[in-house]
Amino acid sequence: MHINVLDQFKSGDSPIHRLDPRVKLVGALAFILAAALTPDGAWLAFLALFVLWLALVLMADVPPGLLLRRGLAALPFAAAAVTVLFTLPGQALLTVQVPLFGWQLTISDAGLVRFVTILLKSGVSVLMATLLAATTTFPDLLRAMRGIGIPKVLVGTIAFMYRYIFVLADEALTMLRARDARSAAGPAGQKGGGTVFWRARIVGGMVGSLFVRSLARSERVYQAMASRGYAGELRWLDKPRSQTMDIVWLAVLVLVLLLIQLWARLIT
Amino acid sequence: MLTSILRSPLAAPQQLHIPDGFLSAPVAILAWIVTMAFIVAAVRRSSQTFDERLVPLMGVLAAFIFAAQAFNFPVAGGTSGHFLGGALAAILLGPWPALLVMTAVIGLQGLIFQDGGLLAMGANIFVMGIVTVWTGYFGYQALQRVNRYAAGFTAGWLSVVLAAVVTAFMLALSGTASLGVVLTAMAGVHMLIGVGEGLITAAALALVKAALPGMFGEQVTGRKSDAGTIIAGGVVLALVVGIVAVFFASPSPDGLERVAEDKGFIEAAQAAPFEIIPDYVAPGIANETLAGVLAVVLGTLLLFAVGYGIARALRRRNHRLAETPVEVDQ
Repeated sequence: MHINVLDQFKSGDSPIHRLDPRVKLVGALAFILAAALTPDGAWLAFLALFVLWLALVLMADVPPGLLLRRGLAALPFAAAAVTVLFTLPGQALLTVQVPLFGWQLTISDAGLVRFVTILLKSGVSVLMATLLAATTTFPDLLRAMRGIGIPKVLVGTIAFMYRYIFVLADEALTMLRARDARSAAGPAGQKGGGTVFWRARIVGGMVGSLFVRSLARSERVYQAMASRGYAGELRWLDKPRSQTMDIVWLAVLVLVLLLIQLWARLIT
Repeated sequence: MLTSILRSPLAAPQQLHIPDGFLSAPVAILAWIVTMAFIVAAVRRSSQTFDERLVPLMGVLAAFIFAAQAFNFPVAGGTSGHFLGGALAAILLGPWPALLVMTAVIGLQGLIFQDGGLLAMGANIFVMGIVTVWTGYFGYQALQRVNRYAAGFTAGWLSVVLAAVVTAFMLALSGTASLGVVLTAMAGVHMLIGVGEGLITAAALALVKAALPGMFGEQVTGRKSDAGTIIAGGVVLALVVGIVAVFFASPSPDGLERVAEDKGFIEAAQAAPFEIIPDYVAPGIANETLAGVLAVVLGTLLLFAVGYGIARALRRRNHRLAETPVEVDQ
């Protein structure tokens, strides 16, 4: 597996790609915060946020369909919010009979509004996060994290983690393949290899084994670094430049988000 | 297509990752503030322990947790057991480095894979980093003398269940779900998932003990819990209790915003312990929620006992595994 699989669109050249990474990170966070603060049932405000996102995507010249597909990732979590349909007090809209348990569930109007609002908030937030990830190279993201005051040690750890994910993922996949080849999984439809406890113990052994290998690897990595002059201080190449244009971008984005917020409060 | 290869099984969905949109802004921001305080403390303390080795060690181990989360095993009916790793990391590395490792894992999952939100990331780190790490650490410390593997099992199980409970409360505080239902569902499901986590943790400990007998126990976990670690554990406990208390302080559990509007957040938090009793007798939702909470507490204690018994029974098996020579490079 190669690190480049994640970087398909990150090296593009567009106004969005060229923005200061700090502006992109702070802007994305501001957008998501704005989505979280939008009141229930402000449908047009959510439409406005979506249009804003779409405009940025078109500017970035990234296929929106790909981002939309990736944005579906958070959808299964919606199950956690289903209960508000029935529990929020309001006018009854629809009564559902659950035959198996004999329950009678009533969907209230307030509940329905809250549920759809949560889905929309989640939707636009995930879309913005995918846009950020799709147009920012990983070193730029790290630089942005340093820029907004995340501790250097933590940023360094994340950088190393990113470098070794693919190495350790390959080892993990090798171990999974080895396990499958040694009958932990039977042919289709057949239960293979022992009880659940037995299977859990095998996986535990794999986890332990991977830990031991990782520890040994981290020691080799450290020695290789030490022999090349590493003394506990990670050095970063260039300080992020911040041009006037970047500040203007951020100011405009925040202004638009504020206007959408004001408008959302007027229309609800 | 390449993304789909990477997404499965590597980015297997973790049940506890909260996406953006499901937490209200006050809950998400408060969680970020608490989490940042813990991270800053973790950076300072880990830097002292590991000095210049810290970054490569933590980075590679974070990649290890990320990769180990891909391991799954079939349970029944198409579901599979997953591995979260917070408890194991805490047992093997101590709570502060483990928190750094888990923070890196959750941060990267949110930033690159959109697994968990950005605004919700503080809450995700609080649940899957801080809560799992400190439960795992103290759960293990408490039972270590009885039996190392029973302790590992209990630590893993408790960490997942408590994380699920805290997540349920955060969702309820945000007005995203009704507490009774979401708490029962989350705690119930994760009491089962936690068994997998506990077994994997115990078996992983057995293998590490067999492969690195010198390192295990003495240098890695033998460190006495110092004042800072215990205080941090107390803070975690107080926060968990606080989240619960704030919830009950609100006459109608309709989100933290309501509490904040009614009384101001600080006042509500201070008044909370004294208001639990009046709210108990309030009719309607409060009683329902109370019943749910009681059921969860009793269920937790019961499953704790059952899990403990199973771990004891497995003790001999684990010993056998520990004695088998382990081939590290297969």
